[in-house]
Amino acid sequence: MHKVKSVTAMAVLLGAGLALGACTTESTTKDVMKHPYKEVWSGYSTATPETRAMQDDDFANPYMPYVDAAAELWDTPAGEAKKSCADCHGAPDDAKGGSMGIPMKGVGAKYPAYDPESHGPINVELRIQKCQTDHQKAKPFKYESDELLGMTGLVVMQSRGMKRETKAAEQSDPLYPAWLQGKAFYYQRRGQLDLACKHCHEDNAAILVRAELLSQGQSNGFPTYRLKWQKPGSLHRRFRGCNNNIRSEPYAYGSDEYLALETYLAWRGRGLPIEGPSVRK
Amino acid sequence: MSKKPRVKLPKSAQKGEIVEVKTLATHGMETGNRKGKDGNKIPRLILNKFTCSFGGKEIFSADMHPSVSANPYIAFNIRAESSGEYTFTWIDDNKEVTEVKETMTVS
Repeated sequence: MHKVKSVTAMAVLLGAGLALGACTTESTTKDVMKHPYKEVWSGYSTATPETRAMQDDDFANPYMPYVDAAAELWDTPAGEAKKSCADCHGAPDDAKGGSMGIPMKGVGAKYPAYDPESHGPINVELRIQKCQTDHQKAKPFKYESDELLGMTGLVVMQSRGMKRETKAAEQSDPLYPAWLQGKAFYYQRRGQLDLACKHCHEDNAAILVRAELLSQGQSNGFPTYRLKWQKPGSLHRRFRGCNNNIRSEPYAYGSDEYLALETYLAWRGRGLPIEGPSVRK
Repeated sequence: MSKKPRVKLPKSAQKGEIVEVKTLATHGMETGNRKGKDGNKIPRLILNKFTCSFGGKEIFSADMHPSVSANPYIAFNIRAESSGEYTFTWIDDNKEVTEVKETMTVS
C-alpha cells in the first residue's frame, strides 16, 4: 500500500494525471505477483527422521485407518438418493473418474477451487459436504469429524506427489478477490500478541522460536496426522490453533476468512508436491 | 475399537526366517489424567494389553500404560516355524476385546 501511495503522490506532483491509472496498476501487479520466498520448502524437510519414516510408510502412517474407514464409506450408498461416491466417480484411484468422468486424481493439487454457487473458493472438505447434500441428498459429515477427515484424506491422497497449482493471483481468475482477502489476512496483525502470519512464517521461517522450528506455513501436507493432537486434523484446525496461540479469536471451520487464507496459502506454496495425509509432530 | 486395527504379516516365509510383524490400532488412549470442560476427570480408557498367539500359544505380548500415545503402533519380529493362523488381540480397560486373525504359509 505504501508504495502505491507514493506513486500517486509523485504523479500528482508532476501533473501527469492521465498516466496515473496505468502507473499504479503496473506497480501493484508486479508487487502482487512477486513470490514472497526465495525458496519454498515443505515441513517434511525439517521433520525428524522418525516422523518422516511414519509418513513414508503407508502402514505406519496413523492417518491410514481413517482413510481405510472412508474407503468403505466410499462404496456405501447413502442418503435419499441411495448413491455411493463410487456410483459417480468410480474407484477413488480411477483415472477416468467413473460414470461422471470426474477423477479424484489432481483434486488435492488444484483445490481450493472456485464455486459458482457461493461465488467464492471451496475446499475439499466443503466440496465433499456439498456432494453429500446435492447428490446423495444425505446429511453431510460434520466438519472435523473422523468421517470427513478420512474422506478428505482419501481424496487428497490420490494427488500425492503432484505439484500444487493455482492461478488465483491473476486478475482474470474468479478466485482473485479471495486471494486478495487472504493476502490481507496474512499480513494483518491480530490478537493480543499483535502478530500477523508473516511475522513467523515469512520473516522468521526456519528460525527457532524457543525449541520450535518455524515453518513456512505451507499447506501441502494437509490434511495431516499431528502427533501433538494424537489424531488427524484439517488445515482449518491448524489455522484455529495458530490464531489461538497469538491470542486472537479463531474463525469457524469453513469460514470465508479461512477459505480466503487457504486460497492465498496455496499460491504461496505452488510447486510443492502434495503430501497429504502427512505426519507432523 | 471403532476402526479395525491394521496388521501386516507376510503372506509367506521360509522356515526359520525372521519376519517383521507390524500392527497399528486406532484408539484414543485416554490417560485418566485430563480434565473435561466441566472440571471433572475424564476416566481412563486405554488399551492395556496386546498379545499375539499362534496355535493357542502366546508368542508375544505387551502391557501398555497411560503414557502410550493414541493409536499405538507395535512392531516385533517372529521366527517362522510352521504355517498357520496368528491371532492378534487388544484388550481395553472396559475389557473390550478386539481380535484380528492373519495366516502365514511357511515353506
